[in-house]
Amino acid sequence: MAFDSFSAFIIMEGHGPYVWTCYGVFFLLMALITWLSVRDRRRVVRTQQREQTVASPGQTDTVRNERTGGGFQRIPTSQSESISKS
Amino acid sequence: MNPARKRKLTIVLFLLAGVAVAVGLTTYAFRQNINLFYDPSQIAGGEAPVNVRIRAGGMVEEGSVARDPDSLKVQFRVTDYSSSVTVHYEGILPDLFAEGQGVVATGQLNENREFVASEVLAKHDEQYMPPEVSEALERSAARAREEGREMPEY
Amino acid sequence: MWQFFHKLGSPKWFYGIAGRFMPWLLGLGLVLSLAGIVWGLAFAPQDYLQGNSYRIIFIHVPTAFLAQSVYMMMAVAGVITLVWKMKLADVFVRAAAPVGAILTVLALFTGAVWGKPTWGTWWIWDARLTSMLILLFLYLGIIGLSHAYSDEKTAARAVAVLTVVGVVNIPIIKYSVNWWNTLHQPATFKLTEKPTMVPEMWVPLLLAVLGTYLLFGWVSLYRMQTEVLRRERRTRWVKDVIAAGGGSQLKSGGA
Repeated sequence: MAFDSFSAFIIMEGHGPYVWTCYGVFFLLMALITWLSVRDRRRVVRTQQREQTVASPGQTDTVRNERTGGGFQRIPTSQSESISKS
Repeated sequence: MNPARKRKLTIVLFLLAGVAVAVGLTTYAFRQNINLFYDPSQIAGGEAPVNVRIRAGGMVEEGSVARDPDSLKVQFRVTDYSSSVTVHYEGILPDLFAEGQGVVATGQLNENREFVASEVLAKHDEQYMPPEVSEALERSAARAREEGREMPEY
Repeated sequence: MWQFFHKLGSPKWFYGIAGRFMPWLLGLGLVLSLAGIVWGLAFAPQDYLQGNSYRIIFIHVPTAFLAQSVYMMMAVAGVITLVWKMKLADVFVRAAAPVGAILTVLALFTGAVWGKPTWGTWWIWDARLTSMLILLFLYLGIIGLSHAYSDEKTAARAVAVLTVVGVVNIPIIKYSVNWWNTLHQPATFKLTEKPTMVPEMWVPLLLAVLGTYLLFGWVSLYRMQTEVLRRERRTRWVKDVIAAGGGSQLKSGGA
């Protein structure tokens, strides 16, 4: 340990606020990108799960809810390449 | 590689080379503006304008710092080891300010070609070491000076 | 080599292989970066000149390194998109750009907070800091552009051109401290020379750098998987993956 006590470690001879602010923001933004990535994944999975339920017979009445509920923009998939001609 | 891809790759590389040359020439043309500060040689050589807000940077000369006992006025010389310029400043200096350390000062050159600074920033180098190592280096440097040897530059 | 290249064209194959690598990247990345950070914060000696404020280096250098490396990888992917039209390359650019932007923000922020006690200022328009700010705008431009088109192919091409052209900024960032007078000091780590630091300082720094690289590998694979699932959602295998939960969990990620 480079410090004599825990309080010395926190204060860091007056540089504590600078050092700890940096580390705090570092962990915060790392957590943010992780959370954003997990949220994106959940959204994709959930939208898809809903669409699959919709596609199965007998449950077509939920189509409307699905369209308005999921705030998703439809994007042409890679299967629909023929639409886009440079 | 098939010819179409080869052609595309060539186009991409040419595009990149073109942009690189353009950016290179632009930064070269504006190099004096991109440079943050004038060094003492440039100031001594008359490259720096007088009475215009500029920055000057270099090392604080050993033994040149003179503080006014009654105020925050301080005077020191900034050197690049070939020329040096006198700097006048009034205010609080950064913690890292010390003789033998780098500084960048903002201010104007007066008619006597002395620099009147309104702000002094500390510039440190890329060396990091524990205090003990730094002291040991200084001791061995002092010993080397006594023995008249050349020390390797750090 | 070529077989690997062609296999990368298969989204299903990529999804599976990424899932196999991800737990290792996450685990090893966390261990290395946390070890480096704890070592650097609490155990590395203080600096003779800056005292303890230099401890910011253990996150400043990893984020700044990575912000530039990620851009280099994206530029290579951009060339692949333009020349070989490999969709996975575009998937990577889209997945990596937000991560790169956050890393650049972190490098700028930690640099500013470090600059205040050492230089005496939060910010100065020197060549290093300005070119790093330009890198942030490039990342933001890429993210914006990738959302600006509804057609995936047009978006991929536009994003790839911007990414490839913007790569000229990378050598400018790297060599700015050598080409021009800057307040920022030259690099401590150089590929060809010994670092200008004692081992008690550079070993934890190296651990933190390696750890963040691995963590980037993990998060970019995870985000690429998400994008692959979205793009290939009409296919049989994605429907199977979705039915099985879609690997939302951080640890699994795999199919």
